[in-house]
Amino acid sequence: MAEASLAPPAVDRGPLAWARRRLFSSWLDGLVTLGFGAFVLWVFFEALDWAVLGAVWSLEDKELCAPGGGACWSVIEARGRLILFGLYPFEQHWRSTLACLVIVLTMGLSCVPRFWGVRRLPLLWLAGFGGFMLLMYGGVFGLSVVTTEQWGGLSLTVLIFASVVVIGMPLSVLLALARRSDMPVIRGVAGGIIDVVRSLPLLTILFAAAVVVPFVVPDWAQGDKLVRVILAFAVFFACYQAEIIRAGLQAIPPGQEEAAMALGMKYWRRVIDILLPQAFRSSLPATINQFVITFKETSIVTIIGFFEIMASGNAAVGTGDWAGQFIEVYVFVGAIYFCFVFGLSRYGAYLERRARLGQA
Amino acid sequence: MADLAIAPPKRLDVRGLVVQAVFLTLVVIVVVSAVTSARTNLDAMGLSSGFAFLDRATGWSYSFSLLERTIDDSYRWTLFIGFLNTLFLGVVSIILATILGFAVGTARDATNLATQSAAAIFIQTFRNIPLILQLVFWYAVLIHMPGPRQALSVMDALFLSNRGLMLPGLNVSAAAGTGLVAFAILAAIVLARWPGLSFIKKCLLWLAATVASCVVVALALSPEGESALSLPALKGLRFRGGVNVPIELVAMVVAITLYGAAYIAEVVRGGLQEVPRGLIEAGRALGLHEGLIWLKIKMPMALRTIVPPLGNQWVFLMKATTIGVAIGFSDLFMIVSTSITQSGQTLELIGILMAVFLLINFTLAQLINLLNARLRLKGH
Repeated sequence: MAEASLAPPAVDRGPLAWARRRLFSSWLDGLVTLGFGAFVLWVFFEALDWAVLGAVWSLEDKELCAPGGGACWSVIEARGRLILFGLYPFEQHWRSTLACLVIVLTMGLSCVPRFWGVRRLPLLWLAGFGGFMLLMYGGVFGLSVVTTEQWGGLSLTVLIFASVVVIGMPLSVLLALARRSDMPVIRGVAGGIIDVVRSLPLLTILFAAAVVVPFVVPDWAQGDKLVRVILAFAVFFACYQAEIIRAGLQAIPPGQEEAAMALGMKYWRRVIDILLPQAFRSSLPATINQFVITFKETSIVTIIGFFEIMASGNAAVGTGDWAGQFIEVYVFVGAIYFCFVFGLSRYGAYLERRARLGQA
Repeated sequence: MADLAIAPPKRLDVRGLVVQAVFLTLVVIVVVSAVTSARTNLDAMGLSSGFAFLDRATGWSYSFSLLERTIDDSYRWTLFIGFLNTLFLGVVSIILATILGFAVGTARDATNLATQSAAAIFIQTFRNIPLILQLVFWYAVLIHMPGPRQALSVMDALFLSNRGLMLPGLNVSAAAGTGLVAFAILAAIVLARWPGLSFIKKCLLWLAATVASCVVVALALSPEGESALSLPALKGLRFRGGVNVPIELVAMVVAITLYGAAYIAEVVRGGLQEVPRGLIEAGRALGLHEGLIWLKIKMPMALRTIVPPLGNQWVFLMKATTIGVAIGFSDLFMIVSTSITQSGQTLELIGILMAVFLLINFTLAQLINLLNARLRLKGH
């Protein structure tokens, strides 16, 4: 490596040179490549053998399922409805499916830059939530009423995630602005709330919302348990997101706001037109990361007794019939989470690329 | 906010004062109404408030404890055991996750494609699935393990069955074991403050001191006529000897470690990528071995970017211990929620739970600040 030579280093191109650099740069490196390569391939083929080649696919072949054999996907056929819809009435499952699609579509649409606006985004979400409620709760157009206790499965997971983000986002902006305020009282209270909430586990906050709130809030203001838990979750989300937005606000050169002041812009004009657009842009990667974490954390509501997809998956293997097929069920539920979360993080990577192009 | 340098002298901001006064009044109203409402509700239910219940006996049992316990223990003692369990689980998982995370993060940053892909698969798998799902999965796997008679064993010293993990231990009393742990912690603190030794030498010295103290204590204090090591062995339907780690704890440690390691690996990779290329090339020009470049150039530089987000991960993992209730591991949260259903002292117990977590995380934050201050480049 350290040879004295005046010639420029040789440029190596082509697949062979690439393989040498990335796979076999020394004999030890070659051994590591072969070892890891063999291991990765072995895991891949074992997984393929278990999940596809040696798997039992339909409910009729249930007897073929043997411990130690391939995957027994019959359990998904038998219990898939329970996992996806929870306790929702069986004949009404199409409503839960449609409601879930409405929210996913709304999420998808709000990922398109064309919908990013102070007016368009709230309108979109109003329509999305309206459609969801109409389908899930019913009571109009001849749809029977399904109360929130019967909601469950994937649509509950998606609902919790979407409402936490939609309620939490504006709240986080307010908290971030309050923490940067000139007024010491407002700054202090916002700072205190953010710091305390951030050092508490989500579970304790949700638990407090489910158990403590009935004590300290008068009866008329208690609301549904689901609503309370979503609100508490939104506050938790907002406290994390507020710090992300605050970092974005701090990255804006002070000249920007001074220029806006010099032009005679009022506070809220400055915030909406000058500060927030720039703060959101620079904090996008961290924000998407926070979304990802929040989606995964929706699974925690299982513990305080909601029947979202994680809990319904647990229930599917809780009874004797399919207790042995727990791996199949958890893999199925895990794959659903993986799709959402991986999709979100890919979207984050796309946004980062887009932002970099915009700056160049 | 940024005032203009040539702004006229500031007048008394009447509007600002009014806004703050209104805000403060609102906060006070909310707090006061919450307290009065809690009073009336508690009175209506005939519950007494206050912390007198802490001295009552609990009368119920739970899955795991590091200390001696009976069902006649007071709430105070039971809560303390829950606190110790949370702390123990948190510290063990944080240490394991950090070690594994650094290894995977380094592998993710390697030039070797196979190493890199293996690390990437690890990270994507464990990062993109909720922790609680991973936890119930590992728990289910452990429950479906064969019984003690068909236990998986490693060199007949380590057994894994549906009764838990059996580890070889020292054949000494619990008090001597506690003393050894205390000595190891003390040695770590003393060595960390010792000037003029490299980090690697400190680690080796600590390892040597700990092992030596264990050997000495085991040889001196083990009962007459028995071996110094206590190996688990199958006697009838169960194991005798050794240390038994219950499956709840094994599942918790495995789940939190893998999940945390995936996150820490990303942090480590980010830190390693921040190291200027020129420094690494300079190391190569000096003829340093790749391992030495990692140890002497990359890591010291990368640590400055790694430590702040690493600290956040530690706090996160500490908080993640609360999901133990999903599989019945008796951490502080589970003890508190059981106490609530048993005693009805909801507000006091939630208050204790929150205060303890504030305390733990505040201490952890101070520790990270200390680490940060020590790592800062001199003269910056």
